[in-house]
Amino acid sequence: MINTKRPPLKPFTLFSKLALWALILLISLPILSLGFSWHSIDEGLWQHLSDNLLFELLGNTFQLLLGVAIGTGLLGISLAWLVTRCEFPGRRWFEWLLFLPFAVPAYVLAFVFLGLFDYAGPVQSLFRNTFQLQGGIDIREGVWGVAMIMSLVFYPYVYLLARSAFLAQPPSYTEAARNLGDSPFRAFLRVSLPLARPAIIAGLSLALMEVLADFGTVAIFNYDTFTTAIYSSWVDYRSLETAAQLSTLLLIIAATLIALEHYQRGKRAFHSGLPREQTRYHLTGFKAVVTWVYLSGVLVLAFGLPLVQLSLWSLESFTGWDPRLTDWIGNSLILAVSSALLTVLIALTLNAIIHNQPLNQLQRFGIRFTTLGYALPGSVLAVGVMLFLFEVDELFNGALWFSSGLFALIIAYMVRFMAVAFGPVESSFKTIKPSISEAARSLGATPFELVKRIYWPLLTPGLLTALFLVTLDILKELPATYLLRPFGWDTLAVRTFELSTEGLYEAAALPALVLMGIGLAGLVIIEVLRAHTEKR
Amino acid sequence: MKRLGLKNAFITTLLSMSCLAMLSTSNLAYADDDLVVYSSRKEHLIKPLFDQFTKETGIPVTLQTGKANALIERLKAEGDRTQADIFMTVDAGNLWYAAQQGLFHPMNMEQIQSRIPAHLRDPNDLWTGLSVRARTIVYHSERVQPSELSSYEALADKNWQGKLCLRTSKKVYNKSLVAAMIDHDGAAKTEQVLTGWVSNLAAKPQAKDSQVLKAIEAGQCDVGIVNTYYYGRMQDKNPQTKVKLFWANQKSYGTHINVSGAGILKHAKHQKAAQTLLNWLASDKAQKQFGGANKEYPANPSVPLDPQVASWGKFKADDLNLAIVGKRQAEAVKLMQKAHYK
Repeated sequence: MINTKRPPLKPFTLFSKLALWALILLISLPILSLGFSWHSIDEGLWQHLSDNLLFELLGNTFQLLLGVAIGTGLLGISLAWLVTRCEFPGRRWFEWLLFLPFAVPAYVLAFVFLGLFDYAGPVQSLFRNTFQLQGGIDIREGVWGVAMIMSLVFYPYVYLLARSAFLAQPPSYTEAARNLGDSPFRAFLRVSLPLARPAIIAGLSLALMEVLADFGTVAIFNYDTFTTAIYSSWVDYRSLETAAQLSTLLLIIAATLIALEHYQRGKRAFHSGLPREQTRYHLTGFKAVVTWVYLSGVLVLAFGLPLVQLSLWSLESFTGWDPRLTDWIGNSLILAVSSALLTVLIALTLNAIIHNQPLNQLQRFGIRFTTLGYALPGSVLAVGVMLFLFEVDELFNGALWFSSGLFALIIAYMVRFMAVAFGPVESSFKTIKPSISEAARSLGATPFELVKRIYWPLLTPGLLTALFLVTLDILKELPATYLLRPFGWDTLAVRTFELSTEGLYEAAALPALVLMGIGLAGLVIIEVLRAHTEKR
Repeated sequence: MKRLGLKNAFITTLLSMSCLAMLSTSNLAYADDDLVVYSSRKEHLIKPLFDQFTKETGIPVTLQTGKANALIERLKAEGDRTQADIFMTVDAGNLWYAAQQGLFHPMNMEQIQSRIPAHLRDPNDLWTGLSVRARTIVYHSERVQPSELSSYEALADKNWQGKLCLRTSKKVYNKSLVAAMIDHDGAAKTEQVLTGWVSNLAAKPQAKDSQVLKAIEAGQCDVGIVNTYYYGRMQDKNPQTKVKLFWANQKSYGTHINVSGAGILKHAKHQKAAQTLLNWLASDKAQKQFGGANKEYPANPSVPLDPQVASWGKFKADDLNLAIVGKRQAEAVKLMQKAHYK
């Protein structure tokens, strides 16, 4: 539709409109190609699934979503609040140590936990032998075990975003509440929390989309979720169509999550952006000890235990450095860093376009659509990417230019992790008040200077966060990598998975450990860079 | 200045890494005379064998591992553009499905026909088994007498209530076992058996056979069903284990077996070399290693067993053609889902 009231498009805007749609299409087509599966419906299979599986699986999925929402919410918010609003010995260390669990793939934590706390595992066996007890508990029963493991590895999403939100709040707000007689907790509930809500919900929705897409963790605990039905249709009934159809239902759940997030944020603008000097509650004595126990407890469970257990297993099976390990590390790093750069670059471009011109409803919808891929199980997404790229190849006379090689994998990563890159970039754009750039322009800044002196410094933290999150996510990603990797491109995650599914935990430990080590190194780099940025 | 230096170094590293990644995409194509094998058999079990094959014949082999169903979808999607020559996988169901999808080329290889028994091969000569795995009953020797055991079906009896451990029904080995049962006992009887199993469970089905074995050892349950090589691994770690093997259904159709196997792809660019490899894999020497590496049984019955495997004793194996097991798998899954066997 042409809006006649508007002035004709300038060449630059025309270009950016084209770029916007090109990027949206690149990211959405692999997802949309799943939607085309609805042209034929296997009624018998749908009947069987709805009679025997779907309701139970939906119930399980919602229980798990609820459990992880509560778990990541409580952990993420409380930890973020403690490190931003309180002062206690070691606070600065905890502030970044608490990111560490993000470097642990959920499936790795799951097999470590099961190995330790299973009925037949060392912990329960020790109890039985020491106290001559009969029986024990099955940690795989119910939703608790899975929800706890996922909460421990996914809380950093909430923590990360809540922490920045708390840091950005002017301390005067809570001080006002305190002066009016609120206790610290009430001041938190009435002032800090509502102000941080958009960030918290954004973090929660990322965590919940991870839950929807997870396959490894639930498989280890044999906890059936919606992805189980997708896999069953594909693997058992060989109906790729039904699997794709079920995936589109998963997309609807994800879209609802995103819509909720968007809706509750509403039209309010949160421009208060930059980190401010906080006044902190000084915790001493008993309170400091309790805080310490809580923070270290989370760290021990989510990072310490897997670290120790994997180290023990590695030592047990270590027979010398396998030179292929070097290749796997190289492959993992090259894939993760280069795809993350591309993903963040696209997120940056999209946000720059959004920032600079008003969008119509359709464009806004298109941009939201690009963040849906995060909820798709990696292997389903991989199928979508393949279907899409084969079509592209057909355009080039059937040469396998696009569907083979790293290209397919990189596209899959971009589609899958656009949501992760988009959030931090979007929120750092939000910190740039229109007035700042207007002021700079009126003082005679050239566009180049504007970018260099305003945009770049203000965007850097968000870009780095996005880059870091996406890189770590790709390092851990398994199903799409497993399916689409070109010949010889084994990664650490692939090796960990291959060995652990064979029950060879000891052999799987070293690649898993290296994976965690790389995540740790990434964290250190990002902390150093952040410290430098903040100093300026 | 110093700050800038650090940041620049970081950005330069990132950029050069992404350039590297771009460059390496163009280096992906491998030598044209490489034999390409898509395999769902784990790399560490198969790679040493291929290395030896290359040493003996000079034919280089490129191995691409992945999950069976994913590789099949990939082969279907790649069509005649595929670079793969051989598809190798575990479980007859996967082989049957690949054949069903028209991925294979008939083999017409006398050496295979003479070395591998017919029930371990496709009736239309599209694939062959290369190693045999037996799935049977295990029990705790202090809490269960072997005389109390007889068949898979009998584990559904009331007296096993709260004493049975099973692996998840999602694992292909259980799908095949149940598929064979449907062929022998009929669907109605099989459904009863499955319902009985589920009500006898001591714990939610385990994700792995090794966990079933550990659960029996630890006392969570008394009996279970596993593949024998998992039992072999347990014996290696714990030679004093109280868990013992029992050969199931010796008085009826015999213990359920399955294969790992391979077929030559219709669109293979190196038919001849592919035949050479399969022949070599069926040869006595390779057969001994192929099964031995994973404590399986050789598909070629004239090849001597690994001593540990031989120590488990002789048994009557089900000689149902494995293609039927493949064909009935979807039916088996339906029954298991109906019985709420997770």
